[in-house]
Amino acid sequence: NEEIPRLPGETRVTDKDVIYMCPFNGPVKGRVYITNYRLYLRSVETDPVVVLNVPLGVISRIEKMGGASSRGENSYGLDITCKDMRNLRFALKQEGHSRRDIFEVLTKHAFPQSHNLPFFAFANEEKFSENGWMVYNPMCEYRRQGLPNERWRVTFINEHYGLCDTYPSLLVVPYNATDDDLKKVAAFRSRNRIPVLSWIHPENQAVIMRCSQPLVGMSGKRNKDDERYLDIIREANGQISKLTIYDARPNVNAVANKATGGGYESEDAYPNAELFFLDIHNIHVMRESLKKLKDIVYPNVEESHWLSSLESTHWLEHIKLVLTGAIQVADKVSSGRSSVLVHCSDGWDRTAQLTSLAMLMLDSYYRTIEGFEVLVQKEWISFGHKFASRIGHGDKNHADADRSPIFLQYIDCVWQMSKQFPTAFEFNEQFLITILDHLYSCRFGTFLYNSESVREKEVSQATKTLSLWSLINSEKSKFTNPFYTKELNRALYPVASMRHLELWVNYYIRWNPRIRQQQPNPVEQRYMELLALRDDYMRRLEELQITNNSKIPNSSASSASPSQMMSHVQTHF
Amino acid sequence: PGELLLCEANTVYKYIQEDGSNRGTYGKLICTNFKISFLDEDSASDDNEPQFKNKIIGENDITLQCVDQIYGVYDEKKKLLTGQLRKYPEKLIIYCKDLRVFHFCLRYTKEEEVKRIVSGIVHHSQTPKLLKRLFLFSYASAAPNNTGGRNQTVMFDTLEDWRDELERTKGNVKYKAVVTNEGYRVSEKLPLYFVVPICVSEESILKFQGRGIPIWCWSCHNGAALLKMSAFPKEQDDNTSQMQKAFLDGIYRTISNPPYELLKTEDLSSSLPSLQDIQTAYTRFKQLFLIDNSTDFWATDVKWFSLLESTNWLEIIRRFLKKAIEVAECLERQNSNVLLIEESATDLCCVISSLVQVMMDSYSRTKSGFQSLIQKEWVTGGHSFLDRCNHLHKNDKEEAPLFLLLLDCVWQLVQQYPPAFEFTETYLTVLSDSLYVPIFSTFFFNSQHQKDTNTTGESLKTQSGPFKFLTVWDWSVQFEPKAQALLSNPLYAEKLKPDKSQRKTTRFKHQRQLSLPLTQTKSSPKRGFFREETDHLIKNILGKRIGKFIINSSDEPHNSFKEFYDSWHSKPVDYHGLLLPSIDGPEIKVWAQRYLRWIPEAQLPGGGTIATAAKILDLMEEVQSLQVKMDEEHSQAISRDVQAVPMLRNSARLSSLFPFALLQRQSIKPALPTSTWKDLEDEDDLVKRDDEFVDLSGDMS
Repeated sequence: NEEIPRLPGETRVTDKDVIYMCPFNGPVKGRVYITNYRLYLRSVETDPVVVLNVPLGVISRIEKMGGASSRGENSYGLDITCKDMRNLRFALKQEGHSRRDIFEVLTKHAFPQSHNLPFFAFANEEKFSENGWMVYNPMCEYRRQGLPNERWRVTFINEHYGLCDTYPSLLVVPYNATDDDLKKVAAFRSRNRIPVLSWIHPENQAVIMRCSQPLVGMSGKRNKDDERYLDIIREANGQISKLTIYDARPNVNAVANKATGGGYESEDAYPNAELFFLDIHNIHVMRESLKKLKDIVYPNVEESHWLSSLESTHWLEHIKLVLTGAIQVADKVSSGRSSVLVHCSDGWDRTAQLTSLAMLMLDSYYRTIEGFEVLVQKEWISFGHKFASRIGHGDKNHADADRSPIFLQYIDCVWQMSKQFPTAFEFNEQFLITILDHLYSCRFGTFLYNSESVREKEVSQATKTLSLWSLINSEKSKFTNPFYTKELNRALYPVASMRHLELWVNYYIRWNPRIRQQQPNPVEQRYMELLALRDDYMRRLEELQITNNSKIPNSSASSASPSQMMSHVQTHF
Repeated sequence: PGELLLCEANTVYKYIQEDGSNRGTYGKLICTNFKISFLDEDSASDDNEPQFKNKIIGENDITLQCVDQIYGVYDEKKKLLTGQLRKYPEKLIIYCKDLRVFHFCLRYTKEEEVKRIVSGIVHHSQTPKLLKRLFLFSYASAAPNNTGGRNQTVMFDTLEDWRDELERTKGNVKYKAVVTNEGYRVSEKLPLYFVVPICVSEESILKFQGRGIPIWCWSCHNGAALLKMSAFPKEQDDNTSQMQKAFLDGIYRTISNPPYELLKTEDLSSSLPSLQDIQTAYTRFKQLFLIDNSTDFWATDVKWFSLLESTNWLEIIRRFLKKAIEVAECLERQNSNVLLIEESATDLCCVISSLVQVMMDSYSRTKSGFQSLIQKEWVTGGHSFLDRCNHLHKNDKEEAPLFLLLLDCVWQLVQQYPPAFEFTETYLTVLSDSLYVPIFSTFFFNSQHQKDTNTTGESLKTQSGPFKFLTVWDWSVQFEPKAQALLSNPLYAEKLKPDKSQRKTTRFKHQRQLSLPLTQTKSSPKRGFFREETDHLIKNILGKRIGKFIINSSDEPHNSFKEFYDSWHSKPVDYHGLLLPSIDGPEIKVWAQRYLRWIPEAQLPGGGTIATAAKILDLMEEVQSLQVKMDEEHSQAISRDVQAVPMLRNSARLSSLFPFALLQRQSIKPALPTSTWKDLEDEDDLVKRDDEFVDLSGDMS
């Protein structure tokens, strides 16, 4: 009966009177509506109306609070933990089975994977003017980079994911390495993730390669094919310097990995390579760090010792290390003296962060809306960042140790860069926040599943789901930074100093009404107004010139004097 | 003019503070009665003039008052230099109050020259001196002051100025300007003219040298007034304190009866940090930005947030802002007068009363309004600039950076609400630098009385007439018009005057587009819902707080503050109305422009807020040139190609430290942290774990 927003394909499941325990302003009476996509709450008897609009995908955990015998008002109900830095609490009446029903419905639709149900993405019937699945075509992207060329070739060895089931089907490798070589190398790299090309510098031909750790083990095994393969890579940029290997892990962890068969490239085995550790911590450390961050910002912002509390979460420190690592990679490549190989343990978390950030620093194409979509599609989605495991899409197991905010951390790094260089990116903050919102929402197929092979085997994704980029590219102006100034081939190095790193308040603390978000940003708004004014003046000037040229007297009647109209543009000159 | 060379040294080597390397230039180091200056040997070749140049103080000039600390380096060890020296250092490091750091190598300088320059610099910048020896006086007697016309700043040194201010704020019904202090009959701390409630008699003002008398600062639109009072010192003698108490009671009685509003008193010395606390905090804070080299920079970076917090400076800013909001709440919402009490009423009172006015009176957010406010509350108001800045090195214990504290608090507001201010953060930064430029009288006296007695110059034999000092508000003394443009905020949303032409809205559509207040978006539902109504709901229908999810709402006075603060923040901002700062932890920031501007490691080539500001300025120029062209077309004049010279050439590559850093020293190398990681001891288990524990050696077999 009442209007609630619904997407095409979204169906209503149930609704119920509840009390929303707003953490900021106390209990609010309302009605909650549950569909197969969202939880929607509208308050009653309040002015203005309180609204909650939560895609079920962001729910990480649903708990019952209080029992049938609990006393005290509002102590009986549901407690919902979300992946996007907030918790929701609803109080219910104790009579009947009111809570059991809503709990079951919510659990079923929030965790479809645990109930053998499909994601909402498969039911979504939205229509967009743009097709986001067309944004990324690996062949086109490599061609844009000038590949293949006489030193680098495209191989289809992984067409059916036979070489490596977590890699994309299309790979770029040194021209001088045969497919046979690749197979031998695969045996020596964790999960067969061999070194392949991510990016090539258009001028000096130095490259960024990515892979997983070598399977050195306790005994310090060596593999001639791997050693030779790395040497081929080293030589491919036409320089005779060493190959630089960045191991994203802290030194001790890399050593510890030997115990389970992994390890790193030793100097003895790889005399032509230089190895550096970047000291970035593992997924568990990052998960704990974000948890601590949530503790100090939700629901209340820690007041008395904000700065030391923030420091104790280490969140910005991790950001600093990731950025520092990426700067090193980018600087090495752009100095042209050496190609770079990046890996961590498996090469799908820290490695993806480093390569894609370095590429963002070096290649201005990735700083456009479409370029960034390509970058995410390529370095993250196609190269097997395990979105399903890291986010836990539709999975009820909230304590799964595989979950970790690696992609969020990456987007935060991008935000830090855009904050430091406000004219260098075509996209705005809203673009990044939208990506993060749909990282969890399960409304689009973009971030579902762990790898390309799964996506292709289990579903033919492009035909059954929609792409997030369809939504974004259909209303690009909403996501465009008006200050963007196109600059080609300019390396952009952020300063990875705590003095410049900031907590992304508009994302992490956005639910708190006390934290002011000036929307629209007054600086941006002013600029837009000036732009509109300029365009209008240009149009009218043109008109005037036409009128004057045709020598029609009495042209002054056409419009008000422009100087009158300028009275609110400040003059400083 | 008036500058005398005191000593000099040749072949001094000045390091360029850019990297760890020992690059630098040779030149001559001189010390005058005005400044310490390094003269580059090949300075002539420098045609890359900085665009934002100070006409008085060059890049390598340090006024004597700007010197903070001088260190000598002996065998790689740093030692603070004060007073007499037995040994002379091989390297001299000068830390400035505007946070510049200079490194001079004296190894190649003749020994006697080293002796002379080092002891000269230390003597002239670090030892106590007489007021009359300030460069201010030599300058004023040597340079004929021909800045005839007054600028728009109200100086508050005449009765007229006070009357005008009363009229402007409509305070003249209940308050009057008095001449009781002519000839400083009442007190040397008070200005010649000031304003008191009409019912206060001249005798009572004279009774305790002006102590115990409420002095008017400002009147709110609803008639409530902000007052200040200098309190009686603690008296041992019972009789005296009885008398004082009786006197105060009398005063309170007269001014809390109608027509006066309810009176609230605020004893600032008990509710705010002491001057000592403020000084200690600032001393620690500034140390974080006086950085010797890159290693230093990255070493302090690791623990940056806790270092910042341990200085307590940001917390002090927060407390002052909060106090100012509390005062504003009393005035605005409770409609009561607020009487600020402090022993001298010239320190904490100045900060709070100025802040309250900046928040409540949009006139104080214009340039001339702000300058008049500083005149009213600080300069004429009797803030002891000379002692608080320790310009004469007489008593270190008197030093306290209260004016800087105000500027930093105002900066917080400027960065939170850019369109509300006519001036920029650059304005605040150069104003803070001007504290140390002894050619302006503004910040070099303790009181109006002190200035007057020293100006008329009874004992001056060399000069006949009284001195004519410059005021800092004449910005043309320091900056060319082009540089002055950077002090004005292009985002400032000028107040719309009810002008006839604007009623024809259809024809003047663009005016509406340009004026920010009119294009404010409606309050979003998300924000709007946190209104008082919900409070009502909580109390009446649903009761009870639950768990940790409800913000603590215990005591009443705190609550009314919170309610005021929250309800203001739930509405869209009117840039010309009341302006309350956000004081949550993440909202109080480091004034990066002032504190980071000389640190090359903190530089973002082509980045920072200046990048967007430059784009706005460029676009404004474009619009203006279009306007000129259109006017020409209108008048059918022959179209000359009017090329406006862009002020910020190559704006895309400005340094984020613009306008203070030089642009040409751009290295392509990114800044890389040199020391980065500290142990995560508390999370040892997690750290050691692998991402996903899979025994890879198993795969091999």
